[in-house]
Amino acid sequence: MLTIKNLHATVGEEGLEILKGLNLEVKPGEVHAIMGPNGAGKSTLASVLAGKDGYEVTEGSVVFEGKDLLELETEDRAKEGVFLAFQYPVEIPGVSNINFLKTAINEIREHRKQEPLKAKEFMAKVRESSALVELDPKLASRSVNEGFSGGEKKRNEIFQMAMLQPKLSILDETDSGLDIDALRIVSDGVNKLKNENNAVIIITHYQRLLDHIIPDFVHVLADGKIVKSGPKELALELEEKGYDWLNAEKV
Amino acid sequence: MEITAENKVLKFVEGLIPPSDGTSIRKEALQALNGMDFPTTRVEEWKYTRVGRITNKTFQQEERKANIEKYKITNLDAHLVVFVNGYFDASLSTIKEDKALSVQSIEKLDLDYYSEIMEETEENVFSLINKGYQTGGVYIKVGENEKTAYPIHLLHLTTGEGIISNAQHFIHLEKGSKTELITTYDSDEAENSFTNIVIEGHIEENANLTIQKLQFEEKNVFHISNEFFVQDPSSQFKINTITTGSLLTRNGLNVIVEGENCHTEMNGVYLGTENQHLDNHTLIEHLYSNCTSSETYKGVMDDKSTGVFNGKVIVRPNAKKIEAYQSNGNILLSKSSTVNSKPELEIYADDVRCSHGSTTGQLDEDAIYYLRTRGISEQKAKKLMVAAFIGEVLDKVDNSDIRKKVDQHFLEHFGWVF
Ligand SMILES: Nc1ncnc2c1ncn2[C@@H]1O[C@H](COP(=O)(O)OP(=O)(O)OP(=O)(O)O)[C@@H](O)[C@H]1O
Ligand SMILES: [Mg+2]
Repeated sequence: MLTIKNLHATVGEEGLEILKGLNLEVKPGEVHAIMGPNGAGKSTLASVLAGKDGYEVTEGSVVFEGKDLLELETEDRAKEGVFLAFQYPVEIPGVSNINFLKTAINEIREHRKQEPLKAKEFMAKVRESSALVELDPKLASRSVNEGFSGGEKKRNEIFQMAMLQPKLSILDETDSGLDIDALRIVSDGVNKLKNENNAVIIITHYQRLLDHIIPDFVHVLADGKIVKSGPKELALELEEKGYDWLNAEKV
Repeated sequence: MEITAENKVLKFVEGLIPPSDGTSIRKEALQALNGMDFPTTRVEEWKYTRVGRITNKTFQQEERKANIEKYKITNLDAHLVVFVNGYFDASLSTIKEDKALSVQSIEKLDLDYYSEIMEETEENVFSLINKGYQTGGVYIKVGENEKTAYPIHLLHLTTGEGIISNAQHFIHLEKGSKTELITTYDSDEAENSFTNIVIEGHIEENANLTIQKLQFEEKNVFHISNEFFVQDPSSQFKINTITTGSLLTRNGLNVIVEGENCHTEMNGVYLGTENQHLDNHTLIEHLYSNCTSSETYKGVMDDKSTGVFNGKVIVRPNAKKIEAYQSNGNILLSKSSTVNSKPELEIYADDVRCSHGSTTGQLDEDAIYYLRTRGISEQKAKKLMVAAFIGEVLDKVDNSDIRKKVDQHFLEHFGWVF
């Protein structure tokens, strides 16, 4: 589904290199966890995959479902089925959640040559998706993330994931800001959305999320590269030992 | 041969039909015009708006027939009073049976009453040209304690090249009365024409006036409006001004609050594209205590357009316990668009609560990116955000037929959906 080869990316006007030859292969039905120290480039990877302005790919390739992802505009990547749950969701005063999701869904449906959703179907989907992450229905109709608590913002991200049903979801620290119950609810939501045709990349610092959403692979991203990959047990080892031993191992 | 300095105002009015009979209002205006000149940008009030593009031209008054169907407001059940090129067109107008209302020619307005009421208002060269050379207008009166059965729609259309539309209106709400006035401005193949409108009004004690103003003229004409209102005690006045029209628009709106316990509300939306220059100049003058005023204007400027907002609030020494709120927000959609925003509070009294805020910025890039990651095109994302930005003010247009007209207009002209 997603093949990243030797990805190098710089950020900002000075062209500071953040990703330094990253490789990753994600197949349908898989869950990948990416862990790694602060500033390693995890969110940068997410931004590069989503096509954010200000990031420049200087080397390497990203192929998604047979298409060169890097050639596509941000919105077209979304239409192809890439979804990013933000580490820091953006507040958009005045734009209602519902309103913008209706626009988004219909743009995506148009791309897939499907008819626009009828108002009734749409509302049913809103109800179903908000129930999935136990998002207060009142929040669904409020301005996007405006005045939402940290946890509500994260739920809102997964609510949107449920609404848009992407093929590949990149969840950037969705667990941060969630209380213990919310963590379980949101994880259950993600698990319910999971099937053999879609895939999830989970960026996290903590094992606790991976207790709920069991990864098939765990990768360590350090200094712009995947420096170690392993089965789910790797996460436990990281939690116990931190990241320093990886450096020692390399030497 | 004697050389005299050329007076531009005299030259400007030279080609206009000299008023034959003339009411005394007209005579006074003509007299006051004598020796006046057009404002330059050195005059504070006109600092950001050059009128040379208008005043270097000459215009003529010309009565015409026109088709106004597309300028009507769908489903609006209202008295319809039509002015084409500043001339009243009886055949296109329908004034319904309404015991609350009298609609007469502006010529019927009594000078003594008028002078007394409008004593405090400040004329300018354009309002004087209007009054001196007006070609028609209505004097609307709403009877004491009456509410009109229908709103009153003053429809203005300018058509033909190089025309000056000089209609002058006066609306008088007697004690305890209530009405809604809708003023619309459109143009049709009116290259280089000039709408120079005056609307004045007197809102007596406990009376309530709402105005919905839609300035939707095409971008090849000029528009200057002078609106003066006087509020008596315990009266309510609200005006919503939506401006997308003309190459150069100056909305001059002045309200003098001459009594206690009044409420004044001014809301405005202005959307500029191409080379448009849209200027909203407002004044609220509080002379008495215990009044509130609220003013919200929002602008969205694209291409090379320029917006001007100048909101003056004066609280005179005897006006205690005034609450005056003002805000102006602007979004620049392009690098070459500009806005000059100038809130001016002059407060001479104590115990006053006034707040004002002015912001000008671009659309939030992070928000656009966020929307795009959900599959929404950049163009649509911007539209959603612009709609959200001005939607707050549009929601104050509490007449659903007018709101529909506005929504329709925005959809057709900007592709914006609300
Ligand atoms: N726009 C930018 N301009 C300059 N530096 C940037 C920019 N964006 C990211 N960086 C830098 O790139 C590095 C990687 O940042 P990134 O956000 O990808 O880290 P991360 O792995 O997600 O960290 P965390 O675990 O703290 O979320 C950091 O050093 C950061 O300061
Ligand atoms: Mg991060």
